[in-house]
Amino acid sequence: MSDRKPTHGTYAVLAVPVTMLVVFFLVPFGIMVASSFYHRVEGGFYTPAFELNSWRRLFTEVFIERAVFSIGISLLAGAVCIAVAFPFTFFLTRMKRRPHVALLVVVMSALSLSEVIVGFTWSVLLGRAAGISNILVWLGVMDEARAYQPGFVAVLLGLCYIAFPYCVLTLYPSLSRLDREVTEAAQTMGASPWRTFWTVVVPISRPIIVAGFLLVFVFTLGSYLISAILGRPEHWTLSVFISDQASFNANVPFAAAMAIFLTVLSLAVVGVVTVVESRTRRLT
Amino acid sequence: MQERGGLRLQELVKRFGDLEAVAGVDLELPPGRLISFLGPSGCGKTTLLRMIAGLEQPTAGRVFLDGEDVTDRPPHSRDIGMVFQTLALFPHLSVSGNIGYGMKIRGVAQAEIRRRVDELLKMVSLEGTADRRVSQLSGGQRQRVATARALALEPRLFLLDEPLSALDANLREQLQVELRLLQQKLGITTIMVTHDQREAMTMSDLVVVMQAGRVEQVGLPLEVYRRPATAFVARFIGSTNLLETTGAGDGRVRLRDRDLAVPGADRSDGGPVLVSVRPEDARLHVGLGAVPNAIPGTVVFVRDLGELFECYVDCELREHVVVAGSPRERVPVDQGDAVQVEFPPDACVVVRA
Amino acid sequence: MRALKWTTTGLTLVFLVAPLLVIAIVSVNENRYMDFPPQGLSFEWYWALWTDLGWRSAILTSLTVASLGALVAVAIATPLAYVLRAYRIRLSPLLYALGILPFMLPPVISALGAQVFWNAADHAGRIENVIIAHGIFFSTLPLITISLAMETMDPALPEAAQTLGANPRTTFRTITLPLLVPSMITGYAAAFVLSLNEYIIAFLVAGFSVQTLPIKIFNGIRYGFTPTIASVAVVFIVIAATVFSLFAVFGNLLRFLGADPAILERNDA
Repeated sequence: MSDRKPTHGTYAVLAVPVTMLVVFFLVPFGIMVASSFYHRVEGGFYTPAFELNSWRRLFTEVFIERAVFSIGISLLAGAVCIAVAFPFTFFLTRMKRRPHVALLVVVMSALSLSEVIVGFTWSVLLGRAAGISNILVWLGVMDEARAYQPGFVAVLLGLCYIAFPYCVLTLYPSLSRLDREVTEAAQTMGASPWRTFWTVVVPISRPIIVAGFLLVFVFTLGSYLISAILGRPEHWTLSVFISDQASFNANVPFAAAMAIFLTVLSLAVVGVVTVVESRTRRLT
Repeated sequence: MQERGGLRLQELVKRFGDLEAVAGVDLELPPGRLISFLGPSGCGKTTLLRMIAGLEQPTAGRVFLDGEDVTDRPPHSRDIGMVFQTLALFPHLSVSGNIGYGMKIRGVAQAEIRRRVDELLKMVSLEGTADRRVSQLSGGQRQRVATARALALEPRLFLLDEPLSALDANLREQLQVELRLLQQKLGITTIMVTHDQREAMTMSDLVVVMQAGRVEQVGLPLEVYRRPATAFVARFIGSTNLLETTGAGDGRVRLRDRDLAVPGADRSDGGPVLVSVRPEDARLHVGLGAVPNAIPGTVVFVRDLGELFECYVDCELREHVVVAGSPRERVPVDQGDAVQVEFPPDACVVVRA
Repeated sequence: MRALKWTTTGLTLVFLVAPLLVIAIVSVNENRYMDFPPQGLSFEWYWALWTDLGWRSAILTSLTVASLGALVAVAIATPLAYVLRAYRIRLSPLLYALGILPFMLPPVISALGAQVFWNAADHAGRIENVIIAHGIFFSTLPLITISLAMETMDPALPEAAQTLGANPRTTFRTITLPLLVPSMITGYAAAFVLSLNEYIIAFLVAGFSVQTLPIKIFNGIRYGFTPTIASVAVVFIVIAATVFSLFAVFGNLLRFLGADPAILERNDA
């Protein structure tokens, strides 16, 4: 069936969604590319022109600092998520029915929270009025309550929280299919469960670990609300910075230039990792 | 028996890129009969069937149905009924929804559809299942629904693509008989693709043996069995001993310094003549007495399977010669015994390579 | 090894559940200001969701955008997924990439693109803009679910329909489309839920004139706080937990998530 030749009617049907995607995605993207060269007028507007001012600002310390921070915190979130999600999912797939299903429901419930709700709850939890520190004061462990947000750790925890369920779901199918006999074979050859985990399970799962890491990286790179709610301006991700420039600072050309940079960066990262992964897989 | 459904396949070729799945098939198939396309996987039999159905377009050649050129007609206007290997029952419709589908899209009245569906269910022994969902049926029941659905509109051709391959052995044999009886009762022209030679032998009026996109032999089942035309057919249907002899005149061949009488052999130049002898036709003789049409050998292995025995004899040929038979014909031999293996002339068939 | 199991599972559980508990407690606090331990029990903040016009309007706006946006998403994805899988189209990989590209990029890119587009079209600040932008952005989800359904459908099914006399259009209408409906619904549901929760696109495209629920919540966090926000959060959590628990009990949650179906039997043994 999939080698049927398309008729004129087929192309007509295909034209509808393709037109929509072109008009409402490619054209806006094109306009955005164009507007990165426009002349910015004080007070919020921009006139068509061809200037490289906005692009030059990509080389300023302000932007570079933002970009490095964004990439750095996304890499960190990826590492932390994988480091916790991988063993967690591994043990999850070996649990008996009741705890297994219960944990899955907890993970799915966390996944269905919107980012703004997650940002809000963590701001409460790490705040001074009704959070962790209040509990610790109540228990007598701490003297007085303090706020851990806005702050770097708060943003990191928030990013990990929203990315964690997606990470688990990416690892879940293949870990559940992991051949038990592979680990059993290792154990009959004298490897303790601990060694089996590190010398057999982890290497076998390498592609899926890389996929999970990549997922968290790209996902958190695009995150806006967590960073905006739980971080001070020095903790803003690129998404917040871009949005801020586009709305409150009314510097759309600059925002556009940065958005294009972000696009290229995202595509490049995914592309490079995919190529490297497939190449190393061919070698092993 | 119906007179409609006569097929003429005129030099059909089908190429998929570099692969030639059907390499020139030219057949005239009579109406009203059950014809099997038999061969190993990859021989082109399914592709051939799909070209008859209109699901594949031939790269070259034409298809004629009752004299009409239907090559360019799409499947939905070819008046066929087809049972697919996966059965392809519509999962979102009930049993009666499936069987009545063809009638429904033609706008037949609901009451008439119901009547005909009940009639068909009775025909395949599935009364009372009309409102069940497909997922609730067993494998055998699903097969019968697929059959009823294909026959609902009384098509000219009934096409089956390995229809029983998904069933277990017992059920398969039972349904082979049922399908054959049904076909005979309706007299409908039926073409069945199978790789199981016993299935083809059980059910067919005519067997078309295929290999590598070509037809190796066409004939009645027993004819194809007793008089295989090529080494491939001889090996594919049942098992056989293929003797690489050399021509020694009219009706004579030479094998290991012995002369053997083989009717049909006609080379006298010492060129190769391939002779097929079925294991159940070969005979074992103990001792060194003169036995006509025999060669000497040593027994290498004996299999006593209860209902039959098989004896593997090393006659210094490329392969061991196999002699088989029922327990009553069992000659008392053991591993290591010296024997002579007789190839009765009327059991020897000259085959093409 | 045991230690690793209990620490990771325990920590993760605490990590995932802690915010949910805190927010539940805050939402029933009598005081207007958050404090801990809570001063009194009150459900007035849940009641406010219903009575406060601002919240009612935001909820309605979000529901409107989500239901229509998801509809647009499915309307775009269905013909695309079907044609690309059913026919041999030369630019097929390219078109599929076009379909998944919006969702794969950071949302702020689509948001900014949509903003400049509607400004250029002199049509700024309207709710249709948000609906269309969400429809495009989330069309990837039904595209993936429907493509998957097409891939796993027995290719003999439409062929069987044709041998029974159905032309291609009838085959699509009576066989293919009904079998795609479950995946269309799944895609719709995913786009709906994500649209409800989406902030940045809605904000940049029409944030000052169209106030969706996430926008109202975010403004509330930034500029002034009411525990009503907490009650919204709790409602979301309860709905999600209920839906997934029901799914787990009556449906096959594990298979839906891609697990090996035999896994629970193996573990319980």
